Amino acid sequence: MKLKKILPQAITLLVVILIFGFFTMNAQLNMENRGIDFGYGFLSQESSFDVQFSLIEYSGSDSYARAYLVGLLNTLLVSILGIILCTILGVIVGIARLSPNYLIRTTAAWYVEFFRNIPLLLQIFFWYYAALRALPLPQDAEAIFGVSYLTIKGFYTPSLIWENLDIFIYSVIAAIIAIIFVRIQAKKLRENVGKHLPVLNISIAILFVLPLLTFLFGGVNVGYETPELKQLAKTSFKFEGGLSIPPELLSLVIALSLYTATFVAECVRAGIQGVGKGQREAASSIGLNRKQVLNLIIMPQALRIIIPPTTNQYLNLTKNSSLAAAIAYPDLVLVFAGTALMQTGKAIEIVSITMLTYLTLSLSISFFMNWYNAKIAIVEK
Amino acid sequence: MSTLNLLRPSKDNLQSNLYLGSFLVGISILDVFLNSFLKLNITSFLPSIISIVLPFLLGMFGFHLMRIEFSGIKNLDRLNKNINTNNFNAALTLLIIFLIIKAIPPVISWMILDANISGDSKDACTGSGACWTYIKVWFKRFMYGMYPNEHIWRVNLAFIFLVVLAFVGFVTPQKYRNLLTLYYVVIYPIIAFILIYYLISGGEFGLEWVETGAWGGLSLTFIVSFFSLIFCFPLGMALALGRRTELPIVKYVSVGFIEFWRGVPLITVLFMSSVMFPMFLPEDFFMDKLVRVIIAISLFEAAYVAEVIRGGLQALPRGQYDAAKSLGMGYWKMHIFVILPQALKLVIPGMANTFLALVKDTPLIFVVGLAELAGMLQMAKTNPKWLGYAMEGYVFAAIIFWIICYAMSKYSYNLELKYKTDR
Repeated sequence: MKLKKILPQAITLLVVILIFGFFTMNAQLNMENRGIDFGYGFLSQESSFDVQFSLIEYSGSDSYARAYLVGLLNTLLVSILGIILCTILGVIVGIARLSPNYLIRTTAAWYVEFFRNIPLLLQIFFWYYAALRALPLPQDAEAIFGVSYLTIKGFYTPSLIWENLDIFIYSVIAAIIAIIFVRIQAKKLRENVGKHLPVLNISIAILFVLPLLTFLFGGVNVGYETPELKQLAKTSFKFEGGLSIPPELLSLVIALSLYTATFVAECVRAGIQGVGKGQREAASSIGLNRKQVLNLIIMPQALRIIIPPTTNQYLNLTKNSSLAAAIAYPDLVLVFAGTALMQTGKAIEIVSITMLTYLTLSLSISFFMNWYNAKIAIVEK
Repeated sequence: MSTLNLLRPSKDNLQSNLYLGSFLVGISILDVFLNSFLKLNITSFLPSIISIVLPFLLGMFGFHLMRIEFSGIKNLDRLNKNINTNNFNAALTLLIIFLIIKAIPPVISWMILDANISGDSKDACTGSGACWTYIKVWFKRFMYGMYPNEHIWRVNLAFIFLVVLAFVGFVTPQKYRNLLTLYYVVIYPIIAFILIYYLISGGEFGLEWVETGAWGGLSLTFIVSFFSLIFCFPLGMALALGRRTELPIVKYVSVGFIEFWRGVPLITVLFMSSVMFPMFLPEDFFMDKLVRVIIAISLFEAAYVAEVIRGGLQALPRGQYDAAKSLGMGYWKMHIFVILPQALKLVIPGMANTFLALVKDTPLIFVVGLAELAGMLQMAKTNPKWLGYAMEGYVFAAIIFWIICYAMSKYSYNLELKYKTDR
């Protein structure tokens, strides 16, 4: 009996140890033979390569560690933009799939069937090499709303120039803290005295009024800079100033959000369909009005079904953003596992750092979601 | 009372409202139709902005007039229920109809009317539409990669054999049915490997050796997804069982394995297989790039398969385990005869999704230098003789992948219905 329990475990352990031992031994031998030493010291060396697009100051004289940071931030930027857009689109399409209108329902269903059955890489290629290449040159571009330009070299739009931005950010943080405080107090009031406060209206008021005050008294000011067409050579034009979004980022975000939105839409549909009809009827029969039924009965239950699979889709989107390497958007994989690896030749170190980064991102999000799930789960007797 | 009350359509003035309403909707659709197909603008005498909005307004008003509840006319009631429940729905209906009408002519003229397919060089493409000549000329490359033209029959033959052998399950007599699992899990993969090794790769029996670097196109997509699929399924099943056992070491090794592969993107796994994995092997040990890629994808997908199967195992009621144990079954007997058949039936949709994801992930192998369909497109696109036809290539590849994936998802849906047993 005891042997039955120990033997499989011993074998597993032995196999794992053997595989790891075999790999480490070979790796040591190989590195010795090729004269490569193992270590992460290269991270502080000068990187001496340039990155097309970065959110922080970066030049070739910075270290590899900073190049890593540039790549990580670019990955996060794509992921966050993609998550926001795919949620908006996914919720709309998911609800549209349940519409009583036959045309809307069918259109939404076709959208889902179409976009999720084509490989994401192909979609990214399509947007980058075919669709966005059909856009006009900078000098021929027509203005959108008079200030923004969509050209073959990217999207140009006015950027905001802040004065005393830090005060503004502090005020937003203060507003959020105040809202949390108000919510706690309102809950106490409701449970102890039974009085309902219009929490949502108060929160919105705080969120607008506090930052607005900083404009009047805090010396915060905002201006804007519009993109201007500059002539570089006889036939070469370029937009300068303002905010410029490179076509790589555009096509990546479009493709990722269109693709992931199909999966989010299916999650939303399943969630809403998963709430029993009896729940709605029971809620109406105890005298709740339509808004209360939706807010207090349907949504909390639907969200419980929607959130876990949707989080999985967000994780997938973040991991899929690594396809950026295929169209030369400088994300973590391209900058670090591509260029830096090519220059240093430190395959084991660089690939392990890249994988660990994604692993940390995924695991931390899934830990958070497990915690959240446990919190909102229905407590059964 | 038969006065025409336009603001409040009801059953009393059914006829007049219905006729006027359908006339207005018809006019609005006709206007957009003429505008889009024949480039005619019958409202050109109006100011431009009104001319654009007019069909929409007419349609809205027409739908408003037609919205009569319980009219007694079957088709009208059906129409109202399905596309015209309220103003918002009517507006969306009109927008979708207009969008479809507007989109059809340019798409058709690009794909068919103005397209070229004759000839065999770029000069044949003179129209403003698609240049299908490009696809025609490159077709063999898109399907077989750089595989030598005179040996393509070997790839075809291998695939025909594989497909025929896959259908064995449908014609086996009842007597040998219980051997089918063994056939599909063990014998079929071995035959497939032998076929591909000797027929496609060659090198023996007088067949010329073709290195895997020359393989490519859609056939490579099939080869990679086929082998990954075969390897990842048993591995995933073992991991799922490992994660559910009470033996701590087995359990945590499985958990660690699953969570690791699920946490990293496939592209980094492929990077690992191409640049890091050779460092872990003995120096004189050579492993083909394609083999490394298939191993990497199999390990990656096995983690996903494991999670799907675990879902099925967890969904089974405890009573099934208890009943099997009370009959005196051991661990393996219980799982093979009682638990897994039920659990696998439950996870058909999930498995289908995972396999679909696998097929859709295969284009990624281009990062390690293997050119399947998407990779060949990239190669063809940069060929100096054929610049500027990226769109045609992507449309072609998208259609092919779409057909494959859509067929797979429909097939899995049928499978799900076939094996559905109500408990």
